[in-house]
Amino acid sequence: MSTLHAGRPPRALHPGAWWAWSLALATAATRTTNPIVLLLLVSVAAFTVTARRSPHSSRSFALFLRLGVVVLVVRVVFDIVFGAQPTGEVLVRVPTVPLPDWAAGLHLGGNITAQGLLTAVYGGLQLATLLVCVGSANALASPRRLLRAMPGALYEAGVAITVAMSFAPQLAAAAVRVRRARRLRGRPSSGVRSWLGIAVPVLEDALERSIELAAAMDSRGFGRRGTVSAARRRLVSSAVVAGLVAVAIAVYELLDATSPTLIGLPLLVLGTAIACGAVLFGGREPTRTKYRPDSWHAPEWVVVASGVAALAGMLVAGRLYPGSLHTTTYPLVVPQLPWPALVGLVLALIPAWATSPQIPVPQGISAPRQPVADSPEPAEVGR
Amino acid sequence: MIVFEAVTVTYPDAERPAIRDVELSIPEGELALVIGRTGAGKSTLLKAINGLVPHFTGGTLAGRVTVDGRDTRSYPPRELADVVGYVGQDPLAGFVTDSVEEELAYAMESLGVSPTVMRRRVEDILDSLGLTGLRHRPLRTLSSGEQQRVAIGSVLTAGARVLVLDEPTSALDPPAADDVLAALTRLVHDLGITVVAAEHRLERVIQYADRVVHVDDGGRVHDTTPTVAMENSIVAPPVVELGRLAQWAPLPLSVRDARRAADALRAQLATMPAPHERQPAVGQPVVSVRKLQANYDDLVALRGIDLLARRGEIVALMGRNGAGKSTLLAHLVGLNKPTAGQVAVAGHDPHRTSGSDLVRDVGLVPQEPADLFWADTVDDECAGAGGDARALLDRLAPGIAGHTHPRDLSEGQRLALALALVVAGKPTVLLLDEPTRGLDYPGKGRLVHVLRELAADGTAVILATHDVELAAEVSHRTVVLADGEIVADGPTREVVTASPAFAPQIAKILAPLPWLTVAQVRATLAVTP
Repeated sequence: MSTLHAGRPPRALHPGAWWAWSLALATAATRTTNPIVLLLLVSVAAFTVTARRSPHSSRSFALFLRLGVVVLVVRVVFDIVFGAQPTGEVLVRVPTVPLPDWAAGLHLGGNITAQGLLTAVYGGLQLATLLVCVGSANALASPRRLLRAMPGALYEAGVAITVAMSFAPQLAAAAVRVRRARRLRGRPSSGVRSWLGIAVPVLEDALERSIELAAAMDSRGFGRRGTVSAARRRLVSSAVVAGLVAVAIAVYELLDATSPTLIGLPLLVLGTAIACGAVLFGGREPTRTKYRPDSWHAPEWVVVASGVAALAGMLVAGRLYPGSLHTTTYPLVVPQLPWPALVGLVLALIPAWATSPQIPVPQGISAPRQPVADSPEPAEVGR
Repeated sequence: MIVFEAVTVTYPDAERPAIRDVELSIPEGELALVIGRTGAGKSTLLKAINGLVPHFTGGTLAGRVTVDGRDTRSYPPRELADVVGYVGQDPLAGFVTDSVEEELAYAMESLGVSPTVMRRRVEDILDSLGLTGLRHRPLRTLSSGEQQRVAIGSVLTAGARVLVLDEPTSALDPPAADDVLAALTRLVHDLGITVVAAEHRLERVIQYADRVVHVDDGGRVHDTTPTVAMENSIVAPPVVELGRLAQWAPLPLSVRDARRAADALRAQLATMPAPHERQPAVGQPVVSVRKLQANYDDLVALRGIDLLARRGEIVALMGRNGAGKSTLLAHLVGLNKPTAGQVAVAGHDPHRTSGSDLVRDVGLVPQEPADLFWADTVDDECAGAGGDARALLDRLAPGIAGHTHPRDLSEGQRLALALALVVAGKPTVLLLDEPTRGLDYPGKGRLVHVLRELAADGTAVILATHDVELAAEVSHRTVVLADGEIVADGPTREVVTASPAFAPQIAKILAPLPWLTVAQVRATLAVTP
């Protein structure tokens, strides 16, 4: 690890910076259905992830990309089946299936038009872009690290999330193992009935493991009573939660273009104040400490600023060139690329160069054995 | 350090207490070994030390357990974390964070240790457990021996003076087990840590123990020294059995001591005819693997394996964790499709066979036997398998009540049930993946007996195992895998004596003579007085 001492040591950025950057991009994506802008957003996210991914979550980004494609396809297919357009360039003629009265308002079948298809593609692309942005946050800073950075007052909630997050992969692993074991006893290993048959053993297995995790956490001092009184802790926790709920409502109000922003802004300020105050008030007892606390310096500010720049570019573009961010399909037009949005997206690329690379996982320094986990053994019959 | 006063633990719905009237006192700086039969109550005893029993598991605890003066009645596990560290059977299941360093720091964070002290303690533990090079590694990429050491380290950083370990070396290959045991003895000798460990693999740990706590079938506890315990115990490693046979006094517990005492025995045996090589009835080949290759993404798990097994033959498959043993077994039951090469079992391609045809051709007892269970009671499970499953179960693990839930069985009982279910299908080829994890010596003896009978009836048995004693006892042939290749394939005696890591204790004691097991020595001495 001699590189640590050469020049400025590489260090992992504060996870909050990466999440702020990714969420800013996601917010920008909610502002547009312009396919060029959306594809550029996806490219920016993908490029940054390739350059600066965290060593602990190497595979998750590909998963989110695939999920995005699935969402896009589902959206288009649904539109073809249910969302017949009465007007427009007809590409394929399909008869409409009459539906009973209780399904009034739904269409089944109907002509497929270029306009309808493009609308569906644009809408699907927006959803996919949102997913990719969240996926990039996940890949750039593992959610577990973000949880570690959470204020002490929210610690219990964070732990519940940690256990829940470990439950899902365990469920998947158990399902694979039990299905394979079923085959060994000569039972069918596919089809609805087999799934019913394995549901109970799989749940039992995953639950057992989660309980084991809980026991391990308990025996390692999780949830020790500090010097703080229970009443005060409860007060702090509920204040933080109330503050965050207010912030969530405010953000929703701000993002939803149709709602009046009059309530949103004051609510945001109030919620933030309550949450921060409670955290400061509750964080004074030294009941828990942090090993290598994540620090916040200039690079973190750069990352956050570049994310905000992308969002600002999008807002400015919407103001200067109304309509450029929502490519209309009546009539069909070639989508434009407004320059403020482009400038914002270029600025969003800065973190890919400006930050130090994440510390790679040193392989094989004292471990001659093959890495076990990404390897075949767990996928097999045994564990 | 640890004091049990008239402790009785009863779980709800249990017919009898798990442990009863335990009087025990373990002073500081000792390595106490907890032994006993499968399901005797060893885990209950261990969990009572840090309060997981009864705070976490339920049940009632009568009497008093104190650790470093703290009564577990008023201190739940989390309040004892700075005194007692508990490491369960599967360390991976107990990991809370992603990487080695964070895991080592987790308990200290909960205790509110100041960051500067934390940094120093993490460095100390990384050094003393030989983990320095792994500090940034994701936990799931570690080998199982490394995971075990990280789990031990993660409770020590919190300042624990007592280390409680449930089966710390059972799942490990011999070199990894040596690493863990070396780390443990260093902790006891250099830091004065008190270690309480339950372990079935006595041949690995008995020589390091200062005290043996024997939990008998009634849940009563007998506290003795290792030598005394080994003179009377029915659970004994081969070195002790040889010592009893040769009537050595004092009874040796390590290979070193036994070898020093064995001069006369070696001289006597040298004049006698060597034991017979176990020759199986040369049946027709029923397992035929040719040029088998298996890839996972860009990782090659098996590179060109050729393997033949005949009816009536017992083949031991050895090699370190991750060498490809489980992958090979998965191919033999058709769970995986070969990347290249052919696999034929009983004349069929197992990957294309399914349902009852597959069950007749080949059966596998997986590493996690509970995967095979889906019924609510042992009786239903046996009825579902048909055949004489119940009768076989009673032979392998006597005394299991029919209405027991399969998941409430101990590890060894689960294995017995899984084996009974698989054998009930009368497969031509029987495969076992690590069958001795959590199995005591009597259980192992019964397993050996059943496997020999099956082989005599014409079943081909292939067992993947780390247990060299089992391989020496039961197998005709041993195949050693390393990094996806076969590096040795031959009669067991030749293969296991060729390398010290895989040699059984008797071979080490009597080398260069060709005896491998106590049974062989006993047979030789019996015919030629």
